[in-house]
Amino acid sequence: MSNSSSGNVGIVIVSHSSKIAEGAADMVRQMVGNAVPLAWTGGDTDGGLGTNVAGILEAIEAAWSTAGVAILVDLGGAETNSEMAVEMLAEDRRARVVVCNAPVVEGAVIAATESSGGSSLAAVKRSAEEFYA
Amino acid sequence: MSLDREAREKLVRALAESMIGHADELTSLDQAIGDGDHGLNMKRGFEAVLATLPGLADKSLPEMLKAIGMTLVMKVGGASGPLVGTFFMELGKGLPEQPARTDLVAAAEKAIDAVKMRGRSEAGQKTLLDVLVPVHAVFAGGGDARAIEAEAAQAADRTTPMLAIRGRASFLGERSIGHMDPGSRSASLLISAAVAALEFEATS
Repeated sequence: MSNSSSGNVGIVIVSHSSKIAEGAADMVRQMVGNAVPLAWTGGDTDGGLGTNVAGILEAIEAAWSTAGVAILVDLGGAETNSEMAVEMLAEDRRARVVVCNAPVVEGAVIAATESSGGSSLAAVKRSAEEFYA
Repeated sequence: MSLDREAREKLVRALAESMIGHADELTSLDQAIGDGDHGLNMKRGFEAVLATLPGLADKSLPEMLKAIGMTLVMKVGGASGPLVGTFFMELGKGLPEQPARTDLVAAAEKAIDAVKMRGRSEAGQKTLLDVLVPVHAVFAGGGDARAIEAEAAQAADRTTPMLAIRGRASFLGERSIGHMDPGSRSASLLISAAVAALEFEATS
């Protein structure tokens, strides 16, 4: 579910569906290989459709980079749960994790592409969000 | 208000039984305007809360409320986890161990503000805030258990003609009108369960 120890911004994909999250991660891998730390999570704690804070925290940990982590989410609950997870991080990590306001698949691919060039967290977030604008 | 261990456990059980017992109703409300998982999500969350008994009730009231909130955040699996969980966590953070009514009023106000921030929402957008805010007003104004319960039920009913602005129901636009908001219904049920459990305690 994760990997890579590069200094590039990590990407976390959060979907209500584990299949969508995994599929989006596959598309990211195809674009950037192992150049960015990547993790995905999807589904509620019973394996149904939904998102869960524990899974998101694990994914952030798995994709952790000193450059920070950009989270891509699908629908509302994924965003609310991701924001909750960010707040539960240790204080020194909290400021280095952002939730992007972008479509999950396109946003993840664009964010990862931007990250693979060594861009900052702010630039990664901006690239993902510009696609949507 | 002083709640002994037995009263705290009774409160937890009342909240959980209310969500577990109404899971089907909440799910069918959510099927009308959401993703149909609200009943199941709240049931899962409160079953997880029940699983932390009896140790949960050994904690002081503030610590117990914080623990309930954290369990809901981690287990519910929908947006209602962070929203309802944040309410319990902030309520716990704001209360002294032996709260007076004024402490509860103040802590509940802070907890409601935290829910507004978490959901980036205000009352009037067809969410649980449409129950929390008016019920808090009745509580802060000195309303008794009956008045609080009545306001909770009426406030949930008043969400039926509202247009959803936040959450999955907002995707439906005007079609969200005519259905009660599931999150308002669950908030109303939790308030009624809490009031009934606490009132029983106060009079027994």
